[in-house]
Formats: sequence, C-alpha cells, structure tokens
Amino acid sequence: MAHGPKPGFTRWLYTTNHKDIGSMYLWFSFAMFLLGGCMALVIRAELFQPGLQIVQPEFFNQMTTMHGLIMVFGAVMPAFVGLANWMVPMMIGAPDMALPRMNNWSFWILPFAFAMLASTLFMEGGAPNFGWTFYAPLSTEYAPPSVTFFIFSIHIMGASSIMGAINIVATILNMRAPGMTLMKMPLFVWTWLITAYLLIAVMPVLAGVVTMMLMDIHFGTSFFSAAGGGDPVLFQHVFWFFGHPEVYIMILPAFGIVSAIIPTFARKPLFGYSSMVYATASIAFLSFIVWAHHMFTVGMPIAGELFFMYATMLIAVPTGVKVFNWVTTMFRGSMTFETPMLFSIAFVILFTLGGFSGLMLAIAPADFQYHDTYFVVAHFHYVLVPGAIFSITAGVYYWLPKWTGNMYNETMGKVHFWMAFVGLNVTFFPMHFVGLAGMPRRIPDYALQFADFNQIASVGAFLFGAAQIVFLFNVIRTVKGGKKATDEVWENPEGLEWSVPSPAPYHTFSTPPVVR
Amino acid sequence: MLMGLKRLFAFLTLSVLAPGAFAQQAAEKAQEGVERWGVNMTQGVTEVSRTTYDLHMLIFWICVAIGVVVFSVMFYSMWRHRKSKGYKAAQFHESTLVELAWTIVPTLILVGMAIPATKTLYDIYDTKEADLDIMITGYQWKWKYDYLGSDVSFFSNLSTPASQINNQQPKTENYLLEVDEPMVVPTNKKIRFLITANDVIHAWWVPELAVKKDAIPGFVNESWTRIEEPGIYRGQCAELCGKDHGFMPIVVKAVPEDEYHSWLSERAEQAALIKELTNKTFTFDELYERGKKVYNSSCAACHQPNGQGVPGAFPAIAGSKIATGGMDSHLSMVVNGSPSNPAMQAFGAQLNEVDLAAVITYQRNAFGNNMGDTVQPIDILNFKNK
Repeated sequence: MAHGPKPGFTRWLYTTNHKDIGSMYLWFSFAMFLLGGCMALVIRAELFQPGLQIVQPEFFNQMTTMHGLIMVFGAVMPAFVGLANWMVPMMIGAPDMALPRMNNWSFWILPFAFAMLASTLFMEGGAPNFGWTFYAPLSTEYAPPSVTFFIFSIHIMGASSIMGAINIVATILNMRAPGMTLMKMPLFVWTWLITAYLLIAVMPVLAGVVTMMLMDIHFGTSFFSAAGGGDPVLFQHVFWFFGHPEVYIMILPAFGIVSAIIPTFARKPLFGYSSMVYATASIAFLSFIVWAHHMFTVGMPIAGELFFMYATMLIAVPTGVKVFNWVTTMFRGSMTFETPMLFSIAFVILFTLGGFSGLMLAIAPADFQYHDTYFVVAHFHYVLVPGAIFSITAGVYYWLPKWTGNMYNETMGKVHFWMAFVGLNVTFFPMHFVGLAGMPRRIPDYALQFADFNQIASVGAFLFGAAQIVFLFNVIRTVKGGKKATDEVWENPEGLEWSVPSPAPYHTFSTPPVVR
Repeated sequence: MLMGLKRLFAFLTLSVLAPGAFAQQAAEKAQEGVERWGVNMTQGVTEVSRTTYDLHMLIFWICVAIGVVVFSVMFYSMWRHRKSKGYKAAQFHESTLVELAWTIVPTLILVGMAIPATKTLYDIYDTKEADLDIMITGYQWKWKYDYLGSDVSFFSNLSTPASQINNQQPKTENYLLEVDEPMVVPTNKKIRFLITANDVIHAWWVPELAVKKDAIPGFVNESWTRIEEPGIYRGQCAELCGKDHGFMPIVVKAVPEDEYHSWLSERAEQAALIKELTNKTFTFDELYERGKKVYNSSCAACHQPNGQGVPGAFPAIAGSKIATGGMDSHLSMVVNGSPSNPAMQAFGAQLNEVDLAAVITYQRNAFGNNMGDTVQPIDILNFKNK
C-alpha cells in the first residue's frame, strides 16, 4: 500500500481515495456556494429599492428557485459529505470508506446533475421558476419546459445522496477500529450516522414526488391536479415528508462539527456526550412527524393542526439540550478564540436565535401571520447560514491544517469571520422586521414601507459575499504553503485524526489503531 | 440575461454612490407619509388578530427570557474563563440532575405556550353561523370576489400603473397595495370567506384581519373575520403563484352596515346594466377605447402593454396568427382559453360580454394588427351559447 496518488487529471477521475473524494466534494460545494451566492446577490440587488430595476419578475423567480436548489443540494449537502469523506474514516480508525468505487461514482455524477440544472437558465422559457419547494400545479401544468431537466437532475442528486449515505452507514458500522464502540465514536460520526439514515429514508420520497410530477406533465396522470381527481395538497404532504428531515440533514452534521470544536478550544471535555447522542436521535425521529408545520395554512382539519403544532414544539426540547450542553462545555473551560472557535460560538448564538423564531413559527395561530413572509426567510437563513455554512466553515478551518499540513492565516481567518458575522446579521436580521410588518416572501418588488430594511439587507448581503472571497484566498494560500502545522495542530484535541501526521498521508490506518 | 447583467453592473457602480442615494431616497419617501421602519406584527382590527398578536408577543418574551439566561452564562464564561486570563479548565462532563432539569423545565414552558395557542386555534377554526359569505377565487394574478346570495361578483386587479413599477413616475403612498375594485364588507358582522383558486395555489392574506388561507384549485377552504373598525385594510397574495405573484394585492374596505347595503344594491344595478348593454351595438371607437382598458388590466401582465409578449413564455398579440386570423378562433382562444397552454386562461367566465367584445376588437386593431373588423357583445353571447 505504499503507492501515492497518480499524477494528472486521471488521479481525480479514477480516484477511490476518501481524501481525494472528500476534497473534490468540498471544492465542488464551494463552487456551488459561489454560484448560488451570486444568484442571491441578484435577488438582493433587485430588492435594494422598490420598483423593478435590474431583473424582471420572471427572471427573479428563476433566481429564487435556483438559489434555493443550488444552496441546498449543491452547497450544503455536498460540503457535509465532503467532510464526512475526509473525517469519518480518520475518526473511526478506518483505512478508507467501505465502498470506495461507489464513492467515486456518487461524487462524479453530481457535476453532471448541476451542469444540467444550470443549463436550464439558457433554455427557452427559462429555468425552473416555481420556488425550491416547487409546489404543484405551478411546477406541473404551469411550469416552463425546463422542468423535465430539473426533475432529471433531482433524480441524479438523489441517487448521489443515497449512495453517499449507504457508504457512510457501511463505513461506520463495519470499519471501526478495535475498541471503538458506538458510544465512543466522536459526535461528528454519530450525527452523520443518523443523518445517513435520514437520507436513505427520505431521498426516495423526493424521487417519488418528482416522478409523480413527471407523470403528470408527460404521461397524463393527475396526481396533483384536482380536475383529474388528484390533489395539489398531496404534493405538499409528500414534498415536506422529504423536506423536513432534509432540513435536519443539513443541520445534524453541523452539531457534530461544533461538538468537536468547542471542547478543543475550551480545553474541557464535551458536556453530556450521551445526552447529545440521544438528543440527535430524538431530533431525527421527530423530524418525521412534523412535516405539515410547513403547511399550516392549507386548511388541514384542526386535529391535524394541533398534532403538528405540538410535535413541532417538542423539537425545542432536544435542541435546547444541545445548546445547554455546548454552553456548559464552555463554562469553566480555558478558552481561546481561534477562527474555528469563533465560527462555532457564532453558530451556537445565531442558531439559537433561529431556533427561537422556529419555536414562534411552530405556534399555528401565530404562524398564520408569519407564514410565507420574510419572517420565515429570516428564520431559515438564521438556521442555515450560521447553522450549516458557519459550521462547515469552522470545520474547514479546524481540519485544514491536518489536511494540508499548513496553518491557515489566523488574521485573515478572523477578518473572514467578522465580515461574515456582520454581513450575515445585517442581511438577515432586518428580514424579521419586514416579515412581521407584512412583507410576503418571493416577491420581486414591494410596498414602500419595507424599503429601508430591504436596503440595509442588500448592503449586508454584498458584505457577506465579499467575506467568502477572503475565505477562498485564505484556503488557497494554506494549500500552497504556510507555517507548518504540528501533528496535533491544536492544544491536546481529542480524536484519532490528530494521531496521524500533518498533512495526513494518502493512506491512513492501514493497520487499525487500538482504542482504549 | 445579458441585459440583467448590464443592469447589475450599473447597480454595482451605483452602490458605490450609495450614501447619496440613501439620503435622496429618504427625502423622497418622507413626503409620501408611508409608515416606515415597522418592526412588529400589526395588532389588527379584529378580536382574532389581537389574540394572535398577544400570543406572538407572549412567545417572543419567553424566548427573550430564555435567551437572556443562556447567553448570560455563555458571555460570562467567555469573559471570565479564558486561557489568556490564566483560567484553568475544570474537567466535569456530566450531571444527570442538571440534564434532567433542562429537559423537564423547557417541556413545562412549552405546555404553558400550547394552552393559549390551542384556544386561539379553536377560535380561528370556528366558521359557523356567519352573517355573510364571500367566495374568494385566486387567479393568475388577480382576485375574484363573489358575494354569495346576490348577483354581485367582480375581479380585483392591481391598480398601480406600470410606469410607477418601472420607475418612470414617482411611487405613491399605496404602491403595489392598491386595486381597482376593493372588497367591500360591513363592520361588526361575521363574514365567512370561502377560498379557492382557478389555476395555481394562491393565499389570501390581510395582516390586520389575521386571515391567511391558501386558495387551492379544486378545493374550498374556509376562514372568517369580524371587523370592528371601519377602514381600508391591505394585504397581498402569500403563496408563490408565478410571474406576478408580487402584483396581486388585496384591499378590504370595511364600512358601516347601511353603507354596505347601499353599495351592494348599486353593484347589483350595475350588473343588470351590463346585461342590458349586451344587446347594444357599439361603434368601433367605443369598443377600441373600452378594449384598451380591459386589455391593460386583464391581458397586459403576460402579453405586455405593447402586445409584444415575452419570448419563450407568453406569445405576442402583435401580428399573431390568432389576432390576425379568423374571428372564431380568436373568440375561442379568449373565451375558452388555450387547449394546450393552461397559462392562457378562459376569460369567458371572467369578463362580461361587453368587455370581451371590446378587448377582442382592440387586439385585432391595435399593435399594428389593423384588421379593421369589430365584434359586438351579442356575438360573444351567441358564441358562448353555441
């Protein structure tokens, strides 16, 4: 096993190495993050002032739709899979993923899926314009012709996710080093194990719902058309049965990353490890029985409303446990504030704010006023940007020295953090206000009373965008060189990944370590 | 898209000069008397809207209280327990008692929230014993109001002129929140709304009434309100419904009961008048002028005010095969809609015969089509009855 990577492009095309594949996932997701981010900037630029200035409503709707799809399926999910590829084998003392060829395949179909999705922008009738939630019949009878390409690309993304998830489950369950019992696994491994099960459970549901759309559009069925005996609300039930676990797919691995970083920089073991595991499992379970809280205004019977309201409120309990655990881990620690820690602390604070607005949204009668307003936009950006994006960023800074063998530039990291932190809050905090004041989401133009906060939000968005350039620059510099990192990188961090040299050799743990 | 990029570039250049633009815009808006910097939900004008507001504030303050406790502990330790201050880390990592406490206490708080929420929900769902029923139908991109039990039925379209939207004219106070025909309702009566849609899903939302309900094609949802204060209450569609989702506002005008009844009988008379006009023969100019108005409120959103359409999405009227072809196929397209493209709605049920005759005449003669023919309301009626 002494051989290293092949030279040239074929290394990346044929690779079955978990580290190579992890890197490809991460770079791909960053490219998608920039693409989706540019679309967000088009949206924010249009919303800078009332009136139509930059784009027309048709194109605006394509931007909101593509921004959502690309960020969810192209940026956040592949980034977490990339981190899992890099870190799960190294954290459990395995030489590689359990199914390395499938690993290659699940990555390499993604660029094709997104190339196809992006190509719809240039098709007659334009890209999908029905929102990332693609409610029927707007996405079936009334959709642009490109919807068929959208359906096909969703199928490919789903196949990629399912293969990735199966691989992670197989790796974690079969390839742990001797002595690495389930309850000794790092939380990142635990959260990914649970996430992988969620993926396997719901990606087929997404595939099902887009296939039903395909049948309605091309083969004369009427799943979602009332005129043919179908039901448009059925679409929403099926979609959100996928969609709600999906939002936890985008946050559970984040919990794992933050649970690794906070103890390191607090120099104190994670508080309540087993309650963290149980809380993650409870959140995953609850995610399957709360989907209709996205649909409080569709006119469900009151018993349904009450059930989904109560179940949704319950999620606050395990989520609260997690937040309390992180805070208690910090309490009486010996803290330093390097870039990964800054991003993790911002994660805890801002994710909690997003959790509060989530709790408010769970209250069905109040939701009637919040639903489909900017308050919802503020809520889910507060859980996704500081939640998923900040944790991924924290993870990259935390593990980058291990991957490259070089320390990143700490000053630049801090500049990145503060630009992103300020930019994000300036962008999304005012959205709570305009939402409560009555601004619906997904509109290209708005009434005058919303102008001031929208202007502020647009300025913040461009600052947040600029912060990512600093990040890119910092990462490239670190890959190319810089101060050498020690094998431990940080002060006494916990985990097997720190027991291998920096940079991590192409093959690690060819003979399993023994965990006591 | 290229055009979009060009404009984006112009915007970026502009945003460098932003501070000036800010001040100028602020001055512009101050004159218009728009209520700016609103940060909270409206208390509204109904019992339900006030209860909802109270519930919202209750949860908000509970969240604030929890946040203060959690973040105080966090900021305290970030301040005191730093390595740079020489603080040595403790090594504790679990405590069953503490962990049980912070599972049970939040559960109890949640129960405390759920009780008033459940009560309010029951109230909102009680649509029984209404004094008045109004059927609301969402169309791309307008609302139709049918006053059940009377002949009164009309469409409510955005009345903000395109010139304001395209920044050729200054925007007025109710920009994008004004319609040609508001829904008129009596105060202090229980009004039941029966909400549905004709094409895609819409949602009917008026914040001050705390009514938001999806309008779903093929299904009828119910909601209700009882407005205490006369006034004009504005809302918008709250479910993405296509291109002009942002341009289909709702205006509810609440008036005292006697005023409502006189309005209703006036509207009923107008409906009777239109029926009479169906038998009248109009001149070309009368039809053309009326047709232009109808075109701008019913057709221009897709086919554009200049009749050029939107390439790839909405066909042009100017020089189109239908508008410059046989009269029957033109009538069929407008009255019955397109058999292949659902975006072209059946206007037969949406417009009266006079307006249909006018708009078809207009389409055949405007935008350089110059067919020189007219169609009379009675022809439309005969076509419909064929």
